[in-house]
Amino acid sequence: MIINVARKELKSVFASPMGWVILSLLMFAFGTQYLNAVNDYFAVMSGAMRPAERTGVTQFVGQSVYGLASFIMLFAVPLLSMRLISEERRSQTLPFLFSAPISLTEIVVGKFVGLVAFLSVLIVFIAAMLSTLNIWADIDFGFLLANSLGLLLMVAGFSALGIYFSSLTQQPVIAAILTFIALFALMMLDRFFGDDPTNVLGSLSLTRHFQSFASGLIDSADIVYFILFAVTFLTLTVRRLDADRLRG
Amino acid sequence: MNNFTVEAIELTRLYGGREAVSNVNFTLSKGEVLGFLGPNGAGKSTTMKMLTGNLAPSHGSVKICGIDMIENPKEAKALIGYLPEMRPLYKELTVDEYLTMAARLHRVSAKHIKKAVENAKERCGLTHMSKRLIENLSNGYQQRVGIAQAIIHSPMVVILDEPTVGLDPIQIRDIRTLIREVGTDHSVIISTHILPEVEMVCDQVQIIDKGKLVFNGSIDVLKRQRVGNKLLIGLRNPPAIEEILRISGVSEAESLANGLIRVRYAESAEPAEAIVQTAVQQGWGLHQIAPDQTSLEDVFMQLTYQEQVAV
Repeated sequence: MIINVARKELKSVFASPMGWVILSLLMFAFGTQYLNAVNDYFAVMSGAMRPAERTGVTQFVGQSVYGLASFIMLFAVPLLSMRLISEERRSQTLPFLFSAPISLTEIVVGKFVGLVAFLSVLIVFIAAMLSTLNIWADIDFGFLLANSLGLLLMVAGFSALGIYFSSLTQQPVIAAILTFIALFALMMLDRFFGDDPTNVLGSLSLTRHFQSFASGLIDSADIVYFILFAVTFLTLTVRRLDADRLRG
Repeated sequence: MNNFTVEAIELTRLYGGREAVSNVNFTLSKGEVLGFLGPNGAGKSTTMKMLTGNLAPSHGSVKICGIDMIENPKEAKALIGYLPEMRPLYKELTVDEYLTMAARLHRVSAKHIKKAVENAKERCGLTHMSKRLIENLSNGYQQRVGIAQAIIHSPMVVILDEPTVGLDPIQIRDIRTLIREVGTDHSVIISTHILPEVEMVCDQVQIIDKGKLVFNGSIDVLKRQRVGNKLLIGLRNPPAIEEILRISGVSEAESLANGLIRVRYAESAEPAEAIVQTAVQQGWGLHQIAPDQTSLEDVFMQLTYQEQVAV
């Protein structure tokens, strides 16, 4: 049943040119970044004389592309998640889902899976694009895997937060703005509290937890952080929708 | 085990202390069509939302084919097809895409989806609109898509909130036929403002006013109230009222503003023949005689008005 709700969401995204345009524009941005990074690699490495200054091509290009990807997702996810529930609320289509034999959890998780599935198309494409480096270099696939996993988890976290804000309002734009502000604040926490590793607020930062993935490290603590982050906001969304049913 | 398809038990819904629906009890059996009548804001839609699990009742419970809506919402919802007041249509999809999705969400097995969609489209007269975007359909066709969505999984109970709004007379007739058809082997609950519609399609009628049921019974009871024991006579040379009262069986007579005379008679008497005979003999110039039907509107007004007086 979760799959059916997810399919419905994907169908809605691809029913209009919106989905395709977003995919192609984002891919264009990542492709350009990739191209520039490969060019820069030669420029930088030819200047790097000492062995300590040299980095592998995977890390150099990968960090550049994944860095941009995580930054762009900060804008892309709120724009995609904003209409998931608020639009249904506004056009009064929620009763269609509520009166079908599916639970609220299935509805919310289905929407979440649909959005993450859409975004993971990008993640797969980025990984495929970077893998083409392997044609003339020997690249580190472990690094790509860690980065892809990190990006996927981060995007899942973003999406869960976006869905929650979408369930709070009838106006998609408001949902997008709130999501963006919340995500931006969570990213920025690292700027202010990053110096002190014992600071609790600092460890809430999304950036900090993405950083270990970005350097090619798969840390279970970070995986758990992102999963908890997503589960928390999905639970809040279910509770918000349940309140609709109870309070009317 | 009784075979009620819908049971509403002491259904009550509070909105901030105000009772939108209070203590509504009713049952519906298989093969019955129930009409929900009531003025605006009477609680029709609220009751329907509770029946379909879109709104939690403050007190009381709903059972669909014996399954409790609050304890087993998924099983209960699987037996219901619901068209809310605002059509829940995803306008960016085509009719086929939308109905396929509806079938899938309502647990129609993958093998039967295609057939279910075709069947629903045929029943609602949508076959030639399959590939059109719902957004581009006219109001009436959108309404048909809404109805198709509610019957696609051939549910035990079909609940339609004002199904004939925005349809043209021919479509209304089709939809009424459809409701009757669905009503023969399933149960249907419809709400409407159009009173003759209730008479045409419903077996059971409920009139709800200010959240309370003021009438609950078979349509025949309402019809009897409506027909009454009254005749309307038109005379070219009307005599004095006393002359008419003298005809056996006539208990009451009054002249109406439009020149006709309304005659009441006792329950068992049938004075029509006597009236015609007298009229011919006396040369009253009879040009019209017909049973006087109080419109359903009047009955409705009476029922809801009485309630107001009682309060």
